[in-house]
Amino acid sequence: MVETGHFALVLAFALSLVQTIVPLFGACLNNQRLMAVGGPVAVTGFALTALSFAALASAYASSDFSVASVWENSHSLQPLIYKITGTWGNHEGSMLLWVLILTFFGALVAAFGSNLPATLRANVLAVQGAIGAAFFLFILATSNPFIRLNPAPIEGRDLNPILQDLGLAIHPPFLYLGYVGFSICFSFSVAALIEGRIDASWARWVRPWTLVAWMFLTGGIAMGSYWAYYELGWGGFWFWDPVENASFMPWLAGTALLHSAIVMEKRSALKIWTLLLAILTFSLSLLGTFLVRSGVLTSVHAFATDPTRGVFILCILTLFIGGSLALFALRASRLTAGGLFHPISREGALVLNNLFLTTATATVLVGTLYPLAVEAFSADKISVGAPFFNLTFGPLMVPLLLVVPFGPLLAWKRGDVIAVAQRLMVAFAAALLATLVTALFIDGASVFAALGVGLAVWLILGALTDLAVKSGFGNVTAGIMVRRLLGLPRSVFGTAFAHLGLGLTTLGIVGTLCFGTEKILSMHAGETVELSGHTLRFVGLYPAQGPNYAEDRGRFELIGVSGSPVGEISSAKRFYPVRQMTTTESGIRTMGLSQLYISLGDEGKDGSVVVRLWWKPLVTLIWGGGLVMMAGAAMSLMDRRLRIGAPSRRRKQASAVTSADLP
Amino acid sequence: MTRKQKRLSVIAGGLAFLGAATGLTFYALGQKASYFYMPADLTTASVQPGQRIRLGGLVEKGTIQREQGATVAFSVTDTHKSVKVTYTGILPDLFREEQGVITEGTFGPDGVFVADSVLAKHDERYMPKEVADGLKAKGVWQESKSE
Repeated sequence: MVETGHFALVLAFALSLVQTIVPLFGACLNNQRLMAVGGPVAVTGFALTALSFAALASAYASSDFSVASVWENSHSLQPLIYKITGTWGNHEGSMLLWVLILTFFGALVAAFGSNLPATLRANVLAVQGAIGAAFFLFILATSNPFIRLNPAPIEGRDLNPILQDLGLAIHPPFLYLGYVGFSICFSFSVAALIEGRIDASWARWVRPWTLVAWMFLTGGIAMGSYWAYYELGWGGFWFWDPVENASFMPWLAGTALLHSAIVMEKRSALKIWTLLLAILTFSLSLLGTFLVRSGVLTSVHAFATDPTRGVFILCILTLFIGGSLALFALRASRLTAGGLFHPISREGALVLNNLFLTTATATVLVGTLYPLAVEAFSADKISVGAPFFNLTFGPLMVPLLLVVPFGPLLAWKRGDVIAVAQRLMVAFAAALLATLVTALFIDGASVFAALGVGLAVWLILGALTDLAVKSGFGNVTAGIMVRRLLGLPRSVFGTAFAHLGLGLTTLGIVGTLCFGTEKILSMHAGETVELSGHTLRFVGLYPAQGPNYAEDRGRFELIGVSGSPVGEISSAKRFYPVRQMTTTESGIRTMGLSQLYISLGDEGKDGSVVVRLWWKPLVTLIWGGGLVMMAGAAMSLMDRRLRIGAPSRRRKQASAVTSADLP
Repeated sequence: MTRKQKRLSVIAGGLAFLGAATGLTFYALGQKASYFYMPADLTTASVQPGQRIRLGGLVEKGTIQREQGATVAFSVTDTHKSVKVTYTGILPDLFREEQGVITEGTFGPDGVFVADSVLAKHDERYMPKEVADGLKAKGVWQESKSE
């Protein structure tokens, strides 16, 4: 089975070369038969990669320790779910997942791309094949997951305990669906550059792919943030760690792409910019893969460092980013630029969005790469952390968030700011009220906290105002309003939900950062502690045994108003004997939208235990907002207009009607 | 304004915005980046009390002391020199004697390094990269420990 997987991987590599070369030649020679090769090859390549992945997963599931990768990252006592998710909880397996998703997207283009112009489809598949070929070669040459050990060890070395969590089942696949999803936008852009033209179907195709990739990337980042929050026991949701930034940069650029693609689709303007942005977004995804996978950074994501891998990915990076940008420089002037428009308009607002988002991406990029550059060119070692990003990213985001509610309400071509401002009066008044209430009635709140709450309320109500205005709130009866609301295009809901999610996340961040409290103390069994109105009693430490670990579980009772316990929270120190590693399992109790968070420290000689407690108001909104953003993207995807195949059918009908109507 | 003037003002506005963002970025890099030092580097580098730095090295054997409450004191050493560090909070799970560690914080006026974050290596197999490189440069890196 393992050898089958290995052969399938080699075959998939060979097919990816065919997929690169044959359709590309076909498109050059305008040979239909050569171009048609791309589709079936892409589908077969995906099937082979899936077979290869299944082979590795089954080796993991059955604890076949004769496979080096399984031996290094699995253990026979692990629960089955972690045995399976362990398939991608290591460098080799996660790269295999990467190419699996890449070929999956390629196969989707092949399967559903029948309404694309033949040359565009062939070129897209060729570029997709080239990316695949590079990464297949990378896996086979430097990170082969199928290498056997002889003699086979009896027991494995266990999966890194931090990864033995349900988060591993969701975070990497979602993140990769996002990262790699942008490869389709990249391939479409490069294909358009090869052909030297962008036509209508280009924008219609690129937009849903951007939405899909963005949706999964949002989910992947939110899940990663929540995972780090509860698993690492540090109580933080974002650390501005270079690895986090590596996933955040494609998200920022992808968000910009999402918005510029709207302008391109609706007004066929910003064509060249959208194309460049698509290239940049995937380039940042590749850069993220490089930063995380090459071992230049020390982090939870760096599984093992091997310099050849770093150099190899750097070569791939240079080839694709350099190649695509060079092609852009050569060909962009051939593309027809879109029309001009008035600065005060929906298009203008979207351009402003792009200006802010790309600048924000650039600051994150500088902050992430600057330490690497300094280290390469001098002996100094520096680190750039939260203080830098608070000073640069923060001031860029605030004005952007302030103008977000205006965007969807402005008309295309020429908007009327005054009229939009009048419609947003209610939202503005409520935001002002929220600011004042926070400043006056909530004790110890800083000016920033009050303004932050106001900003979040402004965003949330601004998003709802958009829906209210478009369904005719106040002008029509309730019945008509509901009917109009339900009749609105799904993409209108998509926009409103995505912006609503942004507001909720902002509220969660402001709530946690400005109103959260924490205490660090050393406690004996039986002692109580009070934090922001919650009383906790430390019951004691109790040893327990898990399938592949031993733990000391610290039990805490939440004391109600009456003085009797109303609930229990427990946090544990786990010891994994195979890796000789200790981890902290945080204790979390969700109360409404807020959470009480307990992290257990070391036991002292006198039997006391260091305990760190946090009260995190509204913290769940940080990730809840992410889910709402994902829901928004899903709604946009369900819009009739974007349903695959629908545009062509409707266009045919439409053209049939117009020709019939002609005198 | 003519069309051309309008376009120019939009471009000028955009450039001014980018200029401001660039300026802010470089200002922030100068102000907010924290430098990494090993204890022996501190004799040559002039680090002011209150200046935020990262201090890395090995946790010296026999120096870990629990002080009152949740405060811990320990020494960070590169085998040539050592520096006393205090930290209030929960030490990372991988924090151990004679293991690599990176602390971030500021020097107090008494010469004790007050850390607000302590990072130990994430994985049993290797040290924090900065510490490993620093120890190698000082000739005290034991290759066997990297395995």
